[in-house]
Amino acid sequence: MSTALDAASVRLQFPILNRDVNGKPLVYLDHAASSQKPIAVIEAQREYLMHYHANVHRGVHALSQQATDAFENARGTVQRHIGAAEPCEVIWTAGATDAINLVVQSWGRQNIEAGDVILITRMEHHANIVPWQMLAKEKGARVEAVDVLEDGSLDLDHFEEQLKLHPKVFAFTHVSNTLGTVNDAQALTQRAQAAGATVLIDGCQSVPHMRIDVQALGCDFYVFSGHKVYGPTGLGVLYGKRKVLEAMPPWRGGGEMIDVVSIDNGTTYAGLPHKFEAGTPHISGAIALGVALTWIDGVGVESIMDHETMLAAHARKGLSSIEGMRFIGTAPGAAGVVSFVVDATHPYDIGTLLDSQGVAVRTGHHCTQPLMERYGVPGTVRASFGAYNTLQEVDTFVAGTVRAVRMLRD
Amino acid sequence: MNDTLQQRQNEIVEEFEFFEDWMEKYEHVIELGKELDGLAEEHKLDENLIRGCQSRVWLAASKDAEGNVQFQADSDAIITKGLAALMVRVLGGLPPAEIAQADLWFISKIGLDSHLSPTRANGLQSMVTQMKHYGIAFQAAG
Repeated sequence: MSTALDAASVRLQFPILNRDVNGKPLVYLDHAASSQKPIAVIEAQREYLMHYHANVHRGVHALSQQATDAFENARGTVQRHIGAAEPCEVIWTAGATDAINLVVQSWGRQNIEAGDVILITRMEHHANIVPWQMLAKEKGARVEAVDVLEDGSLDLDHFEEQLKLHPKVFAFTHVSNTLGTVNDAQALTQRAQAAGATVLIDGCQSVPHMRIDVQALGCDFYVFSGHKVYGPTGLGVLYGKRKVLEAMPPWRGGGEMIDVVSIDNGTTYAGLPHKFEAGTPHISGAIALGVALTWIDGVGVESIMDHETMLAAHARKGLSSIEGMRFIGTAPGAAGVVSFVVDATHPYDIGTLLDSQGVAVRTGHHCTQPLMERYGVPGTVRASFGAYNTLQEVDTFVAGTVRAVRMLRD
Repeated sequence: MNDTLQQRQNEIVEEFEFFEDWMEKYEHVIELGKELDGLAEEHKLDENLIRGCQSRVWLAASKDAEGNVQFQADSDAIITKGLAALMVRVLGGLPPAEIAQADLWFISKIGLDSHLSPTRANGLQSMVTQMKHYGIAFQAAG
């Protein structure tokens, strides 16, 4: 049992939440697109830039040493946070999208052949669809998807059917950004691996809300982005099992990722993790991400999850009173996301009217067009919650939505 | 030239000065959206469709007997449709050359220019570009 989160005191750590939008206090309910940053994260980046910025690795001078230590310590923090066996299994990338592309371009091009099946699900973010489609096109392979049931949960019977195609890889999201559905990542991983697939999990929407243990999950790859876990933009993480990563060729070439470079005798590459980290990395970002994950641990990720689930339930209850309300994604145990459409209104209009009341929600397809197609809607209004959101904010959002719908219909 | 264009824009600015806050402004835009005839379903063709990421806009244009351009616009989102109605009100019935060169300053004056940002992806910005393209095309066609 987690301790109840004190959202009011958590809020004080987020300077941005003090601002007004359109003359109204900001109510930020777009956590699933990007979370706001606690002062500890902002200060960590500032501290680095003010006092010890230098390029990392191989520097003999003090600043470089200090920067390298902080950078590699952050890698260790990520490793412990997600339960990886070793720090070298944690690769810094430019984001979760970049991490998936790394896997596709390195592991994928090495392992996927003509006629192979790449299995994804219909609830994937475009970032976990398009890179695979590009690979399939190049290799003459094909992408198949596991269907989604009406309540937003994965169709497990269809999953079993699709496994009969002997997919080489199964790439799926841990938590859906649009539906809030939490997939049983461990069970899916075991079934897919038993059928011979390599498994990649998109953890963008799970790491901010759940305790992750990649070894317990048993997946081959796990990716997440920094900016959705209270950390900076421009940075993501690829976790891979050491033996899987070691067998993969480098993707991008350049400095940092080499052992010996010779024009005449050819070039040899560095070991893990640097083999996959060509060029100067996002040093301040990595350091700040380490701080963000430590911040989450300080608050308690279980407390955060319970708090967000409570807020989402409160929102659903309030919104249910609106005539013609249709929630998209109603699977039991869903994460802190509420996605909906209302009869005879357009999500764009509701989002615009909420914005003019200071409430930031996301409208549109949320980079999950196949899901929109599945439900036959042009888009949804999505409110997503973080540690800093309060019940009062949810009430403001619900009242604002009620008002918007009334204006649009009358 | 351009007198009508300036006058129409001034009228809209005056009309919006009356509103005290954003919700009132939007209430009016929604009203305009509801009043706009829009396109009949059979005219909501792909060739008239301007794809926005958030909302869809349809725009049709024709030249009347005097050689002026008449527009018909529609959108599946009512606020977008209301803003489209304002564009049609400002540019509709003008000679092609005036449309092609029109400076639409009223939209930022009434504070709704964020809806015309390409990042808003509601199709409105493309609609304005398309209206001007019609102006150019009808001008060229003589």
